Amino acid sequence: MIVRKKDRVVVLGITGKQGTFWTEKMIAYGTNVVAGVNPKRAGEIHVGVPIFPSTAEAIEKVGGEVGVMFIPPPMAKDAAVSAAEAGLKLLVVLTEHIPAQDVMVIHAAAAKYGARIIGPNTAGLVTPGECFIGIMPAFVPSVFKPGRVGVISRSGSLGTLVCLNLTRAGLGQSAFIGIGGDPMIGTTTRDALEALDKDVRTDSVVIVGEIGGVMEESAADYAKRMTKPTVALIAGAAAPTGKKMGHAGAIVTGNAGSYLSKRQALEKAGVVVVDTPSQIATAVAAGLKPRTAGSKVAVSE
Amino acid sequence: MNFEEYAAKSLVLRAAGIPVPHGILCINAAEAAMAASKLGPCVVKAQVPAGKRGKAGGIKSAPTPNEAKRFATQILGMRISNFTVERLLVEEQAEVVREFYAAVLHDPESRKPLILFSTEGGMDIEEIVATKPNAICRTQVDIDQTPSQKDFASMLTGASLGIAAPKIVAILEKLYAAYRANDAELLEINPLALLADGRVVALDCKFVLDDAALYRQPEIAKGGAPGVMTALEQRGADNGLKLIQLDGNVGVLANGAGLTMTTMDVIRHFGGRPANFLEIGGEAYTKSEIALDLVLSNPGVKSLVVNFCGAFARTDVMADGVVKAWRKLRPTVPVFFSIHGTGEDEAVALVRGGLGIEPYDVMEDAIQAAVKAAQ
Repeated sequence: MIVRKKDRVVVLGITGKQGTFWTEKMIAYGTNVVAGVNPKRAGEIHVGVPIFPSTAEAIEKVGGEVGVMFIPPPMAKDAAVSAAEAGLKLLVVLTEHIPAQDVMVIHAAAAKYGARIIGPNTAGLVTPGECFIGIMPAFVPSVFKPGRVGVISRSGSLGTLVCLNLTRAGLGQSAFIGIGGDPMIGTTTRDALEALDKDVRTDSVVIVGEIGGVMEESAADYAKRMTKPTVALIAGAAAPTGKKMGHAGAIVTGNAGSYLSKRQALEKAGVVVVDTPSQIATAVAAGLKPRTAGSKVAVSE
Repeated sequence: MNFEEYAAKSLVLRAAGIPVPHGILCINAAEAAMAASKLGPCVVKAQVPAGKRGKAGGIKSAPTPNEAKRFATQILGMRISNFTVERLLVEEQAEVVREFYAAVLHDPESRKPLILFSTEGGMDIEEIVATKPNAICRTQVDIDQTPSQKDFASMLTGASLGIAAPKIVAILEKLYAAYRANDAELLEINPLALLADGRVVALDCKFVLDDAALYRQPEIAKGGAPGVMTALEQRGADNGLKLIQLDGNVGVLANGAGLTMTTMDVIRHFGGRPANFLEIGGEAYTKSEIALDLVLSNPGVKSLVVNFCGAFARTDVMADGVVKAWRKLRPTVPVFFSIHGTGEDEAVALVRGGLGIEPYDVMEDAIQAAVKAAQ
């Protein structure tokens, strides 16, 4: 799930307004976009990219490992299933508001054909200085710069803010992994944490979590065995219970998925949990300093 | 989208061939009395899309039409979990021998449908989980392979259902089919009852329809229960914006749910109280003009934070909408901006030129100033 310049990318729904805009941005940044898919425009060249009638045909003709979908919710299921079937190894599903039962069908197809799904409802993946896939401002130099901090985020906007804060503090990023705001996503916080833990170009990790679900708790379980310093910010401390806060994933009912449950689980696992976004860079910098065994990182308010 | 019991029973269960008691929907006491005289001994049930109706006094057994009338008068107008009771379901009284629990719902962890069955019906599932966790059969289903009747039967192995077993297997099969056909997020029968006459019927039903699937379930959606929204939240919904009004005094306008929640958190961190949640992320980022109007229409707002961090959402487009709305509305509350990300330079120039306001460089500084101004 850490994308590289060599990865060949197929854009599903390349000819739409957003597909066009972001494909141009991706190519300009260095992403290796090899094909677009649109059955009605097959044979054309769009923003310099050849269009094929199906993902299968695109892979057959020009190859491709990674797919990204600019497809509206009613068509998302069929597009994703055929992309998985065609053999893409990684599929970034940007679409928000895909019916949940369609999402389950997509995950079933991914499991069957051995594809990894990022999302749905993700802002995508960025490897600063190399390439990006999705709808992130990778090309804005005040936000992203190459470095050694890995960032995992459920939210595109908050993830952007966190990267901006890191960049300002001189801390570049090894990878940004936007996992998506939906309740049922293909790649969880824990999956992303494991990938960054094993990544030799990553020295420390920032988790940008949210209330709802148990993903942060499950990631905390993994963090226990990590040696790389990890910092987390959880959005939703002030959110009222029982109300969906935009993302269908961000809802607290009873104690499950609450801010406190996540914060306590992460802290217990040795993760430094900060209160506001601008404390992240300080905490990351403190964590990267050589320290004596058993010392704790304190974050001033 | 939530549904009241009568709607869930008639639109989903009965349509799927799952037996439910005879019942009549009533909107006043006279109708309830008439229904009772048709049905005989009956149960008068408050219709609100919330649980714990019985504990709130919203469900009463009425042996005679007179009593049905009396209870109807009592229950209509009652407040149950923020809902006012406006409708009653008057149902035939059932002679219950055993109660079961059956449900199909999404399981976010396995990303599969989950079938739950328990011989301990009548309690909330949370209660069953807490008191008798071993009495629940949990079965994850591969969504691309609908279970056969045999699969459903094997799910119930060990439940010792006696003569009711074949009927329950048939009901589970229909329940799963109804969950799939109706884009349910949750479809629950509790209790599913074995009656003295041998029938197995759904005495209560909870149905939650996936909001993302409303576009392809237009008929069922017509039967959905109205939510509890303030007039302002309703105006937001009418404009495709998710607004949640809170009791604070610092208005919030930010893009994306994550950033919006964090803005609220930081307001509280500095001792302030957020006045709302309002998300203009995703495709809604072009709606900042109407969004600002909504935030400022809340009379409790004493200061405003505008916090944009553009990824997909372009901050220049959002800032343009805010400046336009600000000029139109001429609000008197102080506003504090923080703008970063896609379109940042143009956005800052728009706010500076259009409103003569200098955005804060650091989000926390803007929020701290807004909290102070609201006090």
